[in-house]
Amino acid sequence: MLQFAAIILLMLGLYGLLTQRNVIKIIISLNILEIGLNLFIISVGYFEGGLAPIFTSETPANPNFVDPLPQALVLTAIVIGVGTTALGLALARKIYQKYGTLNLDEMGEN
Amino acid sequence: MKNFLALLAALGLGVLIILSLQNNTLFNEYGEDVTGRDSEEYGDREYGEENPASGPANIVTSIVADFRSFDTLGEITVLFVSSLGVALLLGGTKQKRLDLGFHPNFMLRIGSKALFGIILMTGVYVTIHGHLTPGGGFPGGAMIASSMLLLYLADDTFRAKIKGFKILESVAGSLYVLIGIAGLFFADYFLENFLNNGVVGDLLSAGIIPLIYVLIGLKVGSEISGVIDNFLTEEVV
Repeated sequence: MLQFAAIILLMLGLYGLLTQRNVIKIIISLNILEIGLNLFIISVGYFEGGLAPIFTSETPANPNFVDPLPQALVLTAIVIGVGTTALGLALARKIYQKYGTLNLDEMGEN
Repeated sequence: MKNFLALLAALGLGVLIILSLQNNTLFNEYGEDVTGRDSEEYGDREYGEENPASGPANIVTSIVADFRSFDTLGEITVLFVSSLGVALLLGGTKQKRLDLGFHPNFMLRIGSKALFGIILMTGVYVTIHGHLTPGGGFPGGAMIASSMLLLYLADDTFRAKIKGFKILESVAGSLYVLIGIAGLFFADYFLENFLNNGVVGDLLSAGIIPLIYVLIGLKVGSEISGVIDNFLTEEVV
C-alpha cells in the first residue's frame, strides 16, 4: 500500500509543477515530487513486521531486518534535496528583488 | 484547459507507474524477507561480536559511512557547492539582519537561549551515536543548524560569527579527505577502515566510522547554519 501513497505524491508533485506559476509553489511541488520518490524507494525495501536494521541487545538470533540499502540511498537523496531547495529559494529571493513579484507571468515587463 | 492537460499528464504518470509494477517481481518474490537480496551481505554480524568484518551496529550507517563512503564524500561536496551557491547569490561584503517586522519580548529571548543548549546537545548526541542508533551526521548536523535558527528567530539583532562556521566546515571537510588518504597509507585503498572494529554495540567501536560521521555532522551543521545566515541577512545599500 505504501507504493500507492508514493505514487499519489508523485502525481501531486507533477501536477503542481505543470500548473503553478509562483516560483515558491514550483519549489514546493519539486519537494513533494522528491518526497514521493523517496517514499517509493523506501517502500521497495519495506515489508510487514520487519525490524529496523540496527543490532541491539534485544535483536533475535535470525533477525528479519528491512532492506537497509534503499534507506542509505534515500539518506543521500534527502541531503541533495536540501541543497537544491536552498539554492532554488536563494534564486527565488533574487528574482523577487529584481522583479518585485514571484509570479512567472508578471515578469519580463521591466 | 491547461490545468486539465496537467491533470491528464499526472494521471498518465501514475497509471504508467502502476502498470509497470503489475508484473514486477520486485514486490512479489522478495516481499517477505531480505534473504536473497544483495543487501543480505550487509548484516553479517551480531550484537556483542568482537572485531567483525564491518563495524557499526547500525547497518544503514555501515552502508553510508563504510561501504559507500566515497559516495558520501561526493554528497557532502554537493551540499558544500549548494551552500557556496547560496552565499554567492545572497552574500555580500556589508550585511545586516533582515527586518522581519517583529520584536521578540524578554521571555522569548531568555527562553530561547536556555532551549538552544538542549537542542544543540541533542544534535551532538545524535551525531556521536550515529553508528549505534537511528540518526547520524546528517540529521545531527541539521539539529545543530536548527538550534542556530532558533537563536536567529528569537532575537532580531543576533548574528552568528559566520567566519568560525566557515573555518569549522573547511577543517571538517579536509579531515574527512585526510582520513581517506590515511587509508591509502595504513591499509590498501582510499577511505578503508584501518582501525580496530571493536565490539558491536560499544560507543568506541567501528573504527573510523564514528570519526567520519562526527566530521560529517560538524560539516553539515556549519553549512546549513551558513545558509540560514545568508537567508536572514541582506546587503546594506
